[in-house]
Amino acid sequence: MVQAIIKIDHVCREFTVGSETVRALKGVDITINPGEFVTIMGTSGSGKSTLLNILGCLDRPTSGEYYLDGTAVSSMNRNQLAVMRNRKIGFVFQSYNLLPRTTALENVELPLFYNPEISNDERRRRAEVALDMVGLKERRFHKPNQLSGGQQQRVAIARALVNNPVVLLADEATGNLDTRTSYEIMALFQDLNKKGRTIVFVTHEADIAMFSSRSIRLRDGKIISDRIIEKPVSATEALAGLPKDNDI
Amino acid sequence: MDIIRLILLALKAIGRNKFRMFLTMLGIIIGVGSVITMLAIGQGSKQSIQKEIGKMGSNMLMINRGSFRQGAARGGAGSAQSLTLDDVEAIRNQCKLVKEVSPTVSSGGQVIAGANNWNTQIHGVDIGYFEIRELTIQSGEKFTFRDIVSAAKVCILGKTVVENLFPDGEDPVGKNIRFKNIPFKVIGVLASKGQTSFGQDQDDIVIAPYTTVQKRIQGGTRINFIYASTYNEKDADAAKAEIEEVLRAQHRLGEFDENDFSIGSQQELLSAISSTSRLLTILLASIAGISLLVGGIGIMNIMYVSVTERTREIGLRMAVGARGIDIMMQFLIEAIIISVTGGLVGLALGLVSSFAVGQILKWPTLVTFNSIILSSMVCALTGIFFGWYPAIKASKLDPIEALRYE
Repeated sequence: MVQAIIKIDHVCREFTVGSETVRALKGVDITINPGEFVTIMGTSGSGKSTLLNILGCLDRPTSGEYYLDGTAVSSMNRNQLAVMRNRKIGFVFQSYNLLPRTTALENVELPLFYNPEISNDERRRRAEVALDMVGLKERRFHKPNQLSGGQQQRVAIARALVNNPVVLLADEATGNLDTRTSYEIMALFQDLNKKGRTIVFVTHEADIAMFSSRSIRLRDGKIISDRIIEKPVSATEALAGLPKDNDI
Repeated sequence: MDIIRLILLALKAIGRNKFRMFLTMLGIIIGVGSVITMLAIGQGSKQSIQKEIGKMGSNMLMINRGSFRQGAARGGAGSAQSLTLDDVEAIRNQCKLVKEVSPTVSSGGQVIAGANNWNTQIHGVDIGYFEIRELTIQSGEKFTFRDIVSAAKVCILGKTVVENLFPDGEDPVGKNIRFKNIPFKVIGVLASKGQTSFGQDQDDIVIAPYTTVQKRIQGGTRINFIYASTYNEKDADAAKAEIEEVLRAQHRLGEFDENDFSIGSQQELLSAISSTSRLLTILLASIAGISLLVGGIGIMNIMYVSVTERTREIGLRMAVGARGIDIMMQFLIEAIIISVTGGLVGLALGLVSSFAVGQILKWPTLVTFNSIILSSMVCALTGIFFGWYPAIKASKLDPIEALRYE
């Protein structure tokens, strides 16, 4: 049997706001296997951000178990979680979160700075490989303000890939982009997925879900549907089908 | 995470905000620069005062007559006629710590050489006086023991007297001058000693054998002062006690009688002046220290703003695997780099301005190794101290909150 990349059992997460207890997640079970491209859908307040934070080791469940790549994460302390994030997870954010006035290459190198096992030469080499994967090798010395939104997100994806994570977690990664650019980014994600990368993509846009191989829908802290998409739409084809005037 | 990576990260962060970091450093630069300069001025004036006093003869003891007393009425210091040549002999023979001793007999008046005249003091002294006062002969020679015995009419002139009596630059040695109608033959000229730190011209003197001044000018055997020197500067206090004992016996003073003389040493003057200049140094340094403190607060302020401004960056760094300690060390090292770099630039500035003060204002300055060490230490501590709080604050941020921060 293939070992699951992500396995969460009965995960609950409660927040105390003033005297009230808000239950953001009310017992969620998900198993994600290697090579899957999962979208997690839900409206605002459905608990999808909380779930992503837990999956990304930024937060811990109030109760329930979480195994990331076979390791129990629920009981880890802050520093252990930081190491897990550094070695196992690649984050892609909605607002890119690139360091300003810093070249694309240095931005991509950032996660490897926090891994003492990686030498300076190795760090530089791996960052160049990651930038090449997202098609920005030529622009490695450009700074964020010299790059378009789509290119900045590609740098962010390269940064997420540089530590060779077991899972790529994307949080509304196309939320700030126009349709054409977001399709381009989705094509990149599909391409990475084809090469074997496991991806978890959180979004509230329904059309993004059709590019994935599995779609999980959350509402009020519970899973309301979890279905396999037999024939995902190719983002490259969708891009070709876009009317020309959509181009800005 | 090793320290070299952290320094690299901190340098990159500083490089992203060069101008602001320069402004932050400016506080430290000015602080350290002024500490170094102020200490240099303080130390420099202290050293020059010590040198001045040393010039007067640092192992010198000066014995003055005590106050004249009749019933309850007391005259001022030196009013009693208590010092005699016998006292001089007693000190010479009985005090083991005393190397040289000389009486002085002084008289003021006009000295005349040809058409020129000048009002000055003539000091009658013994041969030992030259060594006690560290006087050297520039041209000509000193008078001899035979001159003392015979009360020879010979004299040695100070530079100021030479300039006033022989304005055309002729050599005074061998010429005759007159003092109170008594002709003296000039046998030597003293090397210049310049002014004392109190503005007294040490070159405005005429020196003659004390016997000559006593017999030919004053008549009588009274003397004004006794000068003595010790073998060693450190012996000054012990020698003083020794002389006191000898003179008390000499003057037949009872156990409860007050001294009818007083003994002053250069050491006392030196320590009094040293403590004054030390006070000056502390005062200057503390003013400069305040500016260093203000510079430090500047660092704290900027680091604090920087933590708030870079909250998202901190969140991102944490998301990609930075631990709290990594974040803390990064900010701490940034603060230390700023303060140490600022300190080094400030040190250079301090050295340049100390030199400038010395050259342009002619104010004596001395940069000591201690003041450099002191200000570097203060600098590094400033960085750690004022970088600590913002760094701790940064390390405690919650990555989720930090990433969401607008």
